[in-house]
Amino acid sequence: MIKLNNIHKSYVMGHNSLHVLKGIDLNIEQGDFVSIMGSSGSGKSTLLNILGMLDNYDEGTYHLSGSLIQNMSEKKAAQLRNEMVGFVFQSFNLISFKNAMENVALPLYYKGVPRKKRNLIAMEYLEKMGLTEWANHMPNEMSGGQKQRVAIARALISQPKIILADEPTGALDTTTSYEVMEILKQVNNSGITVIIVTHEHDIASMTRQIIRLKDGRIDEIISNGELKKFQKSYRKELETA
Amino acid sequence: MFDIDKWQEIFATIKKNKMRTFLTGFSVAWGIFMLMILLGSGNGLSNGVASNFMNDAVNAMWIWTGKTTIAYEGMKTGRNIQFHNQDQELVQKVAGVGVTSGRYFMSNTRYSFGKESGDYSTVTCHPQLLEVENLQIKSGRFINQIDIQQNRKVVVIGNDIKEALFKDMEAVGEYVNVNRIPFKVVGVCSEPGSTKSRNAYMPLSTAQMVFNGSNRLHSLALTMNANTLEESKAVEEQIRNALSRQHKFDPKDESAIGINNKLENYIQTMKIFQAITIFIWIIGIGTLIAGIVGVSNIMLIVVKERTKEIGIRKALGASPSSVIGLVLLESIMITTVAGYIGLVLGTGLMEIINYIMVQSASPSAGSEQGDTLFLNPTVDFSIAVSATLLLIVAGAIAGYIPAKRAASIKPIVALRDE
Repeated sequence: MIKLNNIHKSYVMGHNSLHVLKGIDLNIEQGDFVSIMGSSGSGKSTLLNILGMLDNYDEGTYHLSGSLIQNMSEKKAAQLRNEMVGFVFQSFNLISFKNAMENVALPLYYKGVPRKKRNLIAMEYLEKMGLTEWANHMPNEMSGGQKQRVAIARALISQPKIILADEPTGALDTTTSYEVMEILKQVNNSGITVIIVTHEHDIASMTRQIIRLKDGRIDEIISNGELKKFQKSYRKELETA
Repeated sequence: MFDIDKWQEIFATIKKNKMRTFLTGFSVAWGIFMLMILLGSGNGLSNGVASNFMNDAVNAMWIWTGKTTIAYEGMKTGRNIQFHNQDQELVQKVAGVGVTSGRYFMSNTRYSFGKESGDYSTVTCHPQLLEVENLQIKSGRFINQIDIQQNRKVVVIGNDIKEALFKDMEAVGEYVNVNRIPFKVVGVCSEPGSTKSRNAYMPLSTAQMVFNGSNRLHSLALTMNANTLEESKAVEEQIRNALSRQHKFDPKDESAIGINNKLENYIQTMKIFQAITIFIWIIGIGTLIAGIVGVSNIMLIVVKERTKEIGIRKALGASPSSVIGLVLLESIMITTVAGYIGLVLGTGLMEIINYIMVQSASPSAGSEQGDTLFLNPTVDFSIAVSATLLLIVAGAIAGYIPAKRAASIKPIVALRDE
């Protein structure tokens, strides 16, 4: 599904060059539920942006469901994003002057779905999120959890292969965080690959694989069986702290 | 391009920033308003002058005689040139000449009817003078060919003569004494664009016979079948050559005969007005550019403010062209609507001025309008249409740079959490 081979990325700022990703090799299969962890500056957001085709990389290869993602025109990238990827952000990034339904329907607008039909589909997805009554509310009339659920509905509406979530629970309290993670789990159960970036251990431990980044390299990959061990060590970290 | 979503979004942003949109629109509306007022005034001036030209046919020409100043074929200078009836026939044959009329002038002829009398000038002419001088017949008829052939003693009097001699009576059919010889009044006429109609018109043949004119003519009046300055110059040249052969004077002798080419004057004056119109457009467009720069400025700020939103759209699959369309449409929308308001207000104001002018002019000048320099100061439809097109183009130009800026926004930059 996702195949990264020796990905390098650096940002040039004036005369300085900041080498953010220093050779990432990664395989993520269809239906995986992965979290990317790491301290700030470790390159986790950059990696997510490259996976989501929001940013390009300098070196290496990136294959997304078999095709090489490289040097695409903006138009092509936009189209691929629309078809393949759904985004969920920490600050929700809903459009403030559109109501919940219109926000959810927006990706379908760029797909060229007629207005009535896409609003109908948007209502379906809002119903799945339990937000039918909130369809005509503006984002500033909703709570953080509701907004994030609208954002997830928006990410799902174009039936993507991958959901990329950048700190999806970063702006939420613990209870709503867990609710959102529960929704993401259900999404994953329906066969969609979910990749989240987080720095919260409890959130990460709800996924099935944890990729730890350190200074632009993959430090360790903890998966399935070892997760229990991770949870234990995480608890130990908490206790000592 | 015309889907509801885009318009909804444009209206949403406009609604959110009423003051800003108003100020932007105002600069454009003001530009167009000024342009319309300038163009309307220019038109008014041009129409006023053109209407003064319409006193006579635009393509009229007058030829009169003088003294030679260049010795020619052994004849010395200072020789008087005298036109005769055959000169009119000669000129009529020149290519490019429309209608011609000979004229025999009698100034201070005494007209009397009953107890009333007065001195007026008498123009003796052919029926074609009606066309050359654009005379308006108020009642009766003008001189006709049969009057000429039968030397009928008929006269067409100017409106002022009629008022003086006949008061409220019907003049047509009555006899007036012209230098004590009775002439039948067959028509009353007026000269357009002039406050005075103090000339009387008499058949040339009758006048020459009755008032001892023999076959002499004082001047010739004619119309040309010419549209351009060059054509009229060519006709003038041919007439001069023909007359110089007939009267044996140097064709280069400007004093032997005088020629007043109305078309030449007309075209030259109209050229000045064309120049004024171009000048007005330049000023108007300059004002408009100031407005457009304002719109462009505001749109840049709008794009800056909407950076995050545009980033979200791009992440969700908006192509660069759809982002450009969004910004461009908003810019075109603001300029077009605001410009149209300016257009309507500007033309409206000129129409009101025109209305007031017509209202105040009609009672004082009676049936005819006096010499005006300002007439119908309105902008015609085609200019309004081209101004509208100009606005749409202006909006597109104003929106282009901001739209480009919007399209180049990178989603990751836009989505970075502050």
